[in-house]
Amino acid sequence: MATMTTIQLFVFMLAGFVGVQTINRIPPLLHTPLMAATNAISGISLVASLVLAGNGEGVVATVLGTIAVACATANIVGGFLITDRMLSMFKRTQTAVAETSEGSASSAGSPS
Amino acid sequence: MSEILIQLAYLFAAFLFITALRALGRPDSARRGMQLAAFGMAIAIMATLFQARIISYEWIVVGAAVGAIAGYPLGLWVPMTAMPQRIALSHAFGALAATLVGIGEYIIGLSGGTLVRPTVAALGLEVLFGGVTVTGSLMAFGKLQELLPGHPLIFRGQNAINALLFAACCCCMVWLIAFPTHAVVFGAMVTLAVLLGILFVLPIGGADMPVVVSLLNSYAGLAAVATGFAIDNNILIIVGALDGLSGLILAIAMSKAMNRSFSNVLFGAFGSTDAATGVTASAAGEMSPTTAEDAALRLAYAQHVIVVPGYGLAVSQAQHQMRELADLIEKRGGDVRYAIHPVAGRMPGHMNVLLAEAGVSYDKLIDMDEINERFVEADVAIVVGANDVVNPAARTNPASPIFGMPILKVEDAKSVLVLKRGKGKGFSGVENDLFVDPKTSMLFGDARQSLLDLALQVKVA
Repeated sequence: MATMTTIQLFVFMLAGFVGVQTINRIPPLLHTPLMAATNAISGISLVASLVLAGNGEGVVATVLGTIAVACATANIVGGFLITDRMLSMFKRTQTAVAETSEGSASSAGSPS
Repeated sequence: MSEILIQLAYLFAAFLFITALRALGRPDSARRGMQLAAFGMAIAIMATLFQARIISYEWIVVGAAVGAIAGYPLGLWVPMTAMPQRIALSHAFGALAATLVGIGEYIIGLSGGTLVRPTVAALGLEVLFGGVTVTGSLMAFGKLQELLPGHPLIFRGQNAINALLFAACCCCMVWLIAFPTHAVVFGAMVTLAVLLGILFVLPIGGADMPVVVSLLNSYAGLAAVATGFAIDNNILIIVGALDGLSGLILAIAMSKAMNRSFSNVLFGAFGSTDAATGVTASAAGEMSPTTAEDAALRLAYAQHVIVVPGYGLAVSQAQHQMRELADLIEKRGGDVRYAIHPVAGRMPGHMNVLLAEAGVSYDKLIDMDEINERFVEADVAIVVGANDVVNPAARTNPASPIFGMPILKVEDAKSVLVLKRGKGKGFSGVENDLFVDPKTSMLFGDARQSLLDLALQVKVA
């Protein structure tokens, strides 16, 4: 058990570093979609809820698990839909691509 | 399916999630990336359904059906202006799931006599973070949706009571680790956490919500990490860590953009600390009002125009009128950019979404650091419903309460046009020197109506 927890701590730390590196590269332009996206992805707690709802270890566990499944599913469905809806609105200028390319390139590359 | 295959499926899902976050670094790859993430989610869920611990499926189907029915309108029908409260609500959902799983696993462990200290510690943290996030997010939702009063609710000894509650939670935690089977203490901890969530958001005003919503995002992530530790699930740890850090990074960025320390946002209700100092910086001079005709004439012949949208623009739902005006200026050969201050909306990046929805292409939405160098070239800067984020006192007047706050250098533009509802002060109650600057003209009235008038006049100019 102790080694298990230790390995989990390693996973946590490494995921943390990857997270900082990745998220710092996301420009402020996309910070709201980022929040919606992390919301959708955090619906992964569904995997824990599924186990609780389906393991048949008493009524209380099943009831709690079922509510948890509903909450997590709502986050996944709603989260991915709204993120996609938001990202579909972000469009580039069609006509003046050449003129604007330097502007957008530097704005996307500088997450202040 | 064997346990190994399930774990490999999780590994692949984690890979897809991280790829998706990387894709979010650029607007043209972001949408594709999120579709990959959704695919990853589907894989992870499928794999979980094969887990040996699951023996019956009927309640899973019921829960999933209810969740999908609730999630669909939350995804497709919520307007973009309501994004902050929508996100807050979904933090509450996520945290509620984590908290209930924590309680459920504790009960199972208790009846099975399998509670060990590391697991109890993880479950404890899970319900602690989860409980705070559930009620905190619901409070934030209520305030943003204006179901609750948006102004800070303050009473004497508030911070002391919150500290006491937090200390009590910590004591429960220690107690549980010492005596894992004391279920009463576990219950007390859930109750305290839920209470703490309410009290923690109570004193925070509507304008500080970007920080709070981001922070609650972080807590929801940490609750997921704790779940992962409790049930030995690496993907929960990975996703929770990503979620938690993303929330924390955004919360810090937001506090910085508001010129507030993190602790100041959370523990010092803004209105109360500011009332004493707000009067020190009073701008000298007269505002010079203008008419839509005069202003439109200047816009019609301007080469470079920079629009500074503030929350007032979103409140009056005038993004579309703004974009129409910009189209007219561009048709006449001018060039229009939008200067986006980090706290221009009610959540990080909110203004970008609102403008994108109105059809503004994203390469015209420019971050503060970059646009600040361009104000010098601008013939006209139009400030719509923004005040504190363009107040030059933040750079020049050390006595001003907003001194040090990063602002948009609108005063560098050759001329400034301010669209403003009335002569009132900004959110922080500070006078704005920009408004009395000789090169600034004020166009008073509702932003939406003013923009319509301007567009009309530009058309005939």
